[in-house]
Amino acid sequence: MLTPEIRGNEDVLKISNLNVIFHTYAGEVKALNGVELSVKKSELLGLVGESGCGKTVTSLSIVGLLPPNAEVVSGEILLNGKNLLTMTKEEMRKARLKDVAIVFQDPLTYLNPVLTVGSQITEIIATDTQIFLPKLLEHRLDEIVQVENEKGQLDTELLSEKQRLNSAVETGKLDANEIKRLTRNYVLSILRSVRLPHPEKALESYPFELSGGMRQRAMIAMALIRRPKLLLADEMTTALDVTVQAQILQLMKELRNEIDASVILITHDLAVVAEVCDRVAVMYAGDVVEVADVDELFKNPLHPYTRGLLASIPRVDATIDQQSSIGGSVPNLIYPPSGCRFHPRCPKAFEKCSQAKPELVEVSPRHLVSCFLYEE
Amino acid sequence: METNPQSEAVQYGRGADIRHALHLLKRNRIVLAGAIVSVAFVMLALLSGLLVNPSSWNQQNSNVILCWNNPAINWHIINVFNCGGTVYPLGTDLYGRGLLQMIILAIPVDLWIAFEVVASAVIIGVILGGLAAYMGGLVDEIILRVTDIFLAVPGILLAIVLLVVLGRSIPVLTAAVLITWWPFYVRLVRSQVLGEKEKPYVERLHAMGAPGFRILFRHVVPNSIFPVIVQATLDIGAVILTVSALMFIGLTPDPKFPELGNLAKQGIQYLFTAPWLILFPGLTLLFISIGFNLLGDGIRDIFDPRLRR
Repeated sequence: MLTPEIRGNEDVLKISNLNVIFHTYAGEVKALNGVELSVKKSELLGLVGESGCGKTVTSLSIVGLLPPNAEVVSGEILLNGKNLLTMTKEEMRKARLKDVAIVFQDPLTYLNPVLTVGSQITEIIATDTQIFLPKLLEHRLDEIVQVENEKGQLDTELLSEKQRLNSAVETGKLDANEIKRLTRNYVLSILRSVRLPHPEKALESYPFELSGGMRQRAMIAMALIRRPKLLLADEMTTALDVTVQAQILQLMKELRNEIDASVILITHDLAVVAEVCDRVAVMYAGDVVEVADVDELFKNPLHPYTRGLLASIPRVDATIDQQSSIGGSVPNLIYPPSGCRFHPRCPKAFEKCSQAKPELVEVSPRHLVSCFLYEE
Repeated sequence: METNPQSEAVQYGRGADIRHALHLLKRNRIVLAGAIVSVAFVMLALLSGLLVNPSSWNQQNSNVILCWNNPAINWHIINVFNCGGTVYPLGTDLYGRGLLQMIILAIPVDLWIAFEVVASAVIIGVILGGLAAYMGGLVDEIILRVTDIFLAVPGILLAIVLLVVLGRSIPVLTAAVLITWWPFYVRLVRSQVLGEKEKPYVERLHAMGAPGFRILFRHVVPNSIFPVIVQATLDIGAVILTVSALMFIGLTPDPKFPELGNLAKQGIQYLFTAPWLILFPGLTLLFISIGFNLLGDGIRDIFDPRLRR
């Protein structure tokens, strides 16, 4: 596979030749068929495709939470050069704790109904305090430095606190009450950064007392609190109404610069992708069929499936009869089509399509497509 | 945004929880009655040492055996002895002790045994049932088969055997009842945890890298505990009935021991000459059981945040 032109920084995540099958009573579901995907540092990658094309299976493979009947047949998932698939359970847990965060679709069911939002957000710090202590100290010291810069000097209280925290940075130890105070302070600042109104009150609320948008913000805060290198947003805005959706997307766009993390935005909504993403990967039936920068993809879609997908976006000015759609239906992945998995539905299919699987190749700079139409 | 008006702030947090619980309690009259009865019995049990001399059960007063001097109730029995000047509101028993005093002494004994049995059963149930459901596989299999062994033996029979072999004492009685009781809690907790651990928030916790034991005991167990609390409250009454039954068939540490079943047992021979001997301990048992049963139903409504809004 050709690597796309590098933007001056390396891949945070690199998935190569990932094959995942599900063992079911009806047979083996070949859910992922050699997925190739890479995410750059601080990049917002959109992963689009229709239901059942393997978007969620890809994201669950990354966090190592595939259901028990799934099996990774081959492939590797490199996060900063470390293969997530060969990690032990405990290493994987540490990786999820520190490096990879995931935000799910429905914020209500993904929150524990009997604990307050605050205790659920702070919990992750409380369980592995040693990992988070440097972050807590750094955050508070930054705040103190900010005050110092604004006022020119510190009052005695802040000065003594600064000394205490600085010594804690060296020893790596701090008493429990101080940690609690720092945690609360840190969590509140994260809640403010996700624009959650009344953060103090929200901390003491139960999930059902918050609105959908507030819950999703709390979920995002939960992910951000770990300062992950990679954030997976799985249908993050699907359960929200359109106005809240716009706010959350705007927030993601703003945060991306602040948190210095790569984001994979998994969605079936092309409008969302066009709105926020830098690059888009289109999936079909377990294959990545096209990867391109967002403007390039919408202006110049190459793969017949991408073209069909873009043509079938509902238009306000068209009646339902004028609406185009892709003929045929999603293949049964227990018996996937031979060769290119899209060929039975492809208007431009020719003989070779049913015989061999096309590679994902770079046809123009930073534009990859897996289709024989563009092979030399 | 930083300063919330006081009136808004009180809508949240612990204070609001308690007020909401009381509000739910007030709305449901039957549960309120159950709560009052149970709380009254618990208060009575706590204060019994102050109301009655705790060692008075061991004394004997042969002058006032089986007497009745309460004019409010006329038993229409010819041979009712008079107790002389001393007041015994519920009459006296075989040993000449005031029955009311004995019942007051018996309530904490019964409640304490019931509390010990149920609390231990809940703890065992949460730990074993939680682990069985959460870990699955071999652990699940071993724990379930062990509970099966205990469930296979008839409860009362096992308790009788243990009391006869190990001697009749309160600790043995407590242990004997517990041994027949805990397997139900293991099964109950296991079934609840099995359902709860598939919920999306558990998936999220895994995705956040939370340690397994923390997920189980801090998230899954509290979410599965409501049916267990209800069952435990109902079982307070049931354990008291079982303990009384064992005492009633004669497995007492001492024939004079103040325990409701044992007190009722004395009266069986004097059913027609001194009916109060069996009536009042029996009524006390009835009220305790009903009280805790009604309370059990109410507790679910009050402590389950999912039933609010």
